[in-house]
Amino acid sequence: MQLRHSLMLTGAAAGAAGAATAPASAQTVALSITIPRLSVAEYHRPYVAVWIEKAGATPRTLSVWYDYDMRNGEGTKWLRDVRQWWRTSGRTMTFPADGVTGATRAPGEQKLTFTPGKGPLGSLTAGNYTIVIEAAREVGGREVLRLPFAWPPKPGATVRAKGASELGAVTLTFGR
Amino acid sequence: MKRTFLAAATAALLLTPGLAQAHRQWMLPSATSLSGAESWVTVDAAISNDLFYFEHFPMPTDGIVVTEPDGETGTIENAAKGRYRSTFDVHLTKPGTYRIASVTKGLMGSYMLNGKRERLPRGTTRDKLASVLPAGATDVQASEASGRNEIFVTLGAPTTNLFTPTGDGIEMVPVTHPNDLVAGEAATFQFLLDGKPASGLKVTLIPGGIRYRDTLGQMDLAADQDGKIAVTWPEPGMYWLNATVGGRREGAGEADAPANQRRASYVTTLEVQAP
Repeated sequence: MQLRHSLMLTGAAAGAAGAATAPASAQTVALSITIPRLSVAEYHRPYVAVWIEKAGATPRTLSVWYDYDMRNGEGTKWLRDVRQWWRTSGRTMTFPADGVTGATRAPGEQKLTFTPGKGPLGSLTAGNYTIVIEAAREVGGREVLRLPFAWPPKPGATVRAKGASELGAVTLTFGR
Repeated sequence: MKRTFLAAATAALLLTPGLAQAHRQWMLPSATSLSGAESWVTVDAAISNDLFYFEHFPMPTDGIVVTEPDGETGTIENAAKGRYRSTFDVHLTKPGTYRIASVTKGLMGSYMLNGKRERLPRGTTRDKLASVLPAGATDVQASEASGRNEIFVTLGAPTTNLFTPTGDGIEMVPVTHPNDLVAGEAATFQFLLDGKPASGLKVTLIPGGIRYRDTLGQMDLAADQDGKIAVTWPEPGMYWLNATVGGRREGAGEADAPANQRRASYVTTLEVQAP
């Protein structure tokens, strides 16, 4: 538990540092995902997958939060429950996936930052995209939210959606 | 009045195709789409009326063959036979699509000996026919029966190299992968009879959960010239698929079956995921 927490902090710090030192011309894509606090008898943090789709292109997984540190990789057994992502992208991947695998996250606002041309986002050509967020919770439910946008975006533009059960507000913000 | 009604109801029951083939054989896997470096499926196997409830007989597991994604033969583990169902496990250790199948083949029929009609013994095959016939047997009537009951399960991404037909009996050659079915989407499967497109083959699909609804929800499809059927899944769940050629109607006598007719049956269980 302690280990997971410190890993998460390190990851967040590295992300923030990366964004701060990025050239001024780079357009960052910031994603905020709110994980709702649920009052249930048995709570497990949800598995969450984030991926990007473009008509005619292979979908790319940007981030997957799951129990990656369980013995014998047992946490991967439940990846298929994030079922739309599993069919779209997950089932062709190997885990842990470099730059994509992450620990499950606690209720509250969680942030991800992507830089075009780097890491899982890769380079983006002009066109219409959708970032999809899917959450599936052990002994709980599942929810999918879709955030459509056109690339290149207007600097500072935002796209929002709000979940009803397993996801709270999600916001996509394009930096300058 | 009451008698008329009952008679009409009975006639209607007898004419219902689904009921004519009572005692459905099936295998039901615990999951069909799995993740992880390795995983397990548990399979229930039974012969029942309602799908998928074990309420009649266990299905024998001794003839079940597991074919791994690379074509190697796998094993079933922890096989057990209960009063109403059998159960066994398959350990999935290789990425790709596995086939779990029970394939049977034999001759059914009879011959005349000393003025009496005798049945061919169980397990007779065409090449052994001469050896099982006693001296003096005449008027041999035999039909070849091929049965295939198979299910598919996939660890990771679906693969298609197990779909090469053997050329015997009814076989399904998926156009849409059987472990990639989603409610609201269309799927296409091709059926072969002895290696050739089974044009006109009647294929029945029944969604599971019969016990808790009044209507069977049966879909009756006929294969086109290429032996293909197309279906759009109305809802997620497990579906039983059956196709039969030849053979006799349930409850009818042996004499009802045309002699020397090819008999073949095919059964699979398909999982349709929620979108």
